[in-house]
Amino acid sequence: MSLYTAETRRLTKRRFTRFFVLGTLLVLAAVAVGMFLSNHKASPERLATAQAQADREYDLAVREATKAQADCQAAQGTAAAQNYPPGCEALYQPTREDFRAEWYMPPTFNFREQFGLLLAALAALLAVMAFVIGATYVGAEWSSGGMMNLLLWRPQRVQVLSTKLAALLVSLTVFTVVVSAAWTGLFVLTARWRGTLAGMTAGAWQSILLMELRGLVLVLVLGALGFGLASLGRHTATALGAAIGAIIVFQFGLGTVLTLAKVPLATDWDSCDFSSTAGCEPATLTITWPMAGGLFAAAVVLVVGAAMWTMRSRDIT
Amino acid sequence: MSAVLEIEGLQKTYRSRKGVRRALDGFDMVVEAGQVHGFLGPNGSGKTTTLRTLLGLIRPNGGRMALLGREVPQALPEVAGSVGAIVESPQFFGNFSARDTLSLLADAGGVDRSRVHEVLELVGLRDRSADRVKTYSLGMKQRLAVASALLKNPKLLILDEPANGLDPGGIREMRTLMRNLAESGMTVVLSSHILGEVQLICDSVTIISAGRRVAAGGVADVLAQHATSAIRVRVEAIADLTSAAHTLRYLGAQVVVEPDHLMVSGIAQPGVITRALAARGVYVSELAPVAVDLESVFLELTGTTPVEGEHRQVDESVAAPAAPVNGGWGQ
Repeated sequence: MSLYTAETRRLTKRRFTRFFVLGTLLVLAAVAVGMFLSNHKASPERLATAQAQADREYDLAVREATKAQADCQAAQGTAAAQNYPPGCEALYQPTREDFRAEWYMPPTFNFREQFGLLLAALAALLAVMAFVIGATYVGAEWSSGGMMNLLLWRPQRVQVLSTKLAALLVSLTVFTVVVSAAWTGLFVLTARWRGTLAGMTAGAWQSILLMELRGLVLVLVLGALGFGLASLGRHTATALGAAIGAIIVFQFGLGTVLTLAKVPLATDWDSCDFSSTAGCEPATLTITWPMAGGLFAAAVVLVVGAAMWTMRSRDIT
Repeated sequence: MSAVLEIEGLQKTYRSRKGVRRALDGFDMVVEAGQVHGFLGPNGSGKTTTLRTLLGLIRPNGGRMALLGREVPQALPEVAGSVGAIVESPQFFGNFSARDTLSLLADAGGVDRSRVHEVLELVGLRDRSADRVKTYSLGMKQRLAVASALLKNPKLLILDEPANGLDPGGIREMRTLMRNLAESGMTVVLSSHILGEVQLICDSVTIISAGRRVAAGGVADVLAQHATSAIRVRVEAIADLTSAAHTLRYLGAQVVVEPDHLMVSGIAQPGVITRALAARGVYVSELAPVAVDLESVFLELTGTTPVEGEHRQVDESVAAPAAPVNGGWGQ
């Protein structure tokens, strides 16, 4: 337990951890403030203003359509007639339906519809942070000689590395839970003051909770991967290099190769998935959370397992 | 006295594409309790590999080791709390202060944090303990490393080049500290290249060369084993050196003629030399028995005496004979 406490202290005392966490929180704060300022509540006054704006736009459109009709009629029998549809019947005639008041309303934050995307953004940002902090936390220990010093005190190598990993994952869990709760709270307030919470049934809240749970798992997986990769290479750069390599290989390299080989990757544009409602649509690979979860679980087991094995068997020089 | 550190037949082999290199080739070492023990060897001779292996950082290919009477690495977790060590150059996380560094180690090792202040005071870092380690000089980092090793209040202290980077005052303080620690009952193993220091503060030494022990025992014993009965003789006129050499050889002495003096051995009484030379009209200006020091013994045993015009490479040192010298495991 003393080692765990010391490792948690070491992690939270690091300036890099503090700066990176602060940077992440600032980005999140900027998003929250931006969303708050750019959304407005649909009050009767705003609705009346929007209706007036819609009416003005409709009147303007009617005037322009009337003039266009007159111009068209006048042009019949002249060379200018080719600029208009034959008989002038096909000219656009505006209707009230084309100028609905809600289209002239300022954006309103709809919690049920929009918060899912914001949760995904939160999870992605925290996952990147977890990967980098996980990698630097153990990478700096190796490159500074701190790991060797620690092993002179606690010669149980696997226990030391496991405790470090546990300290990292528990700290990330606490941080992610607190930030997710704050993130949810902030957008509930945004919805209350600048939007709506309509449709937030118990089922909707449960769905959000499950999404936050998946976000937490993503953060922990990326943290463990960063930690494991840096442990394997005994340097932070190993993890960052592996991340950049994975992006290049999978995002660009694999995409280019499969395109050249004419193998469909995510969407097969030559196929037809027919449905009575949507008609013919190309077959699309949708990555679901169980698929991604399985892939991440395999990667974590492989990387962290290899890190533990090399920690146990490799000389420390 | 009981042995607190015992090594027998330690072997470590490194394999690479360039071939196989035996860093340790059946190395033996014994350190008795309460001693300050010097661990000497040229660069690349296997000193640091020995210490790392002993402390569980490197896995040996063969041999036996024991610390405080317990076989290691099996019992290392149990004895680690009683063994303080610094290996090679001091390495710390630069952005932490000395106080943070030590308090984190104290937490990890279950040592009371009040001990941090004590060791900082002991190594003279009290007033700079809040500064970040990256602002420290090499000597200050060395002091911090010694402080980290002392934090556990160990029974056995292993220090690899503790005087590295220290100023003359710091070296003297370190010497006094070692002595005081030994007097308090702590055993100190000291790896160093400053042989004058080792001769001053160590009770016993082990000399390693090419992965094998080439000498071991009390400092006085090792020096005595390699002492010579040579006498340096200078005469008033250098032109008389040759005739003086003839005279002394006539008496049965072995004489080596150096540019400005003679090295004479095989004569029991130095007075015989003065009388014989005076009788020939050659007058002695200096007659001094040649004292052997640890440096000359080290250079002789490890074969690393500099030769003018030659550039010795790091692995060019002398390997010991296969048979162990006195003082092996259990002796």
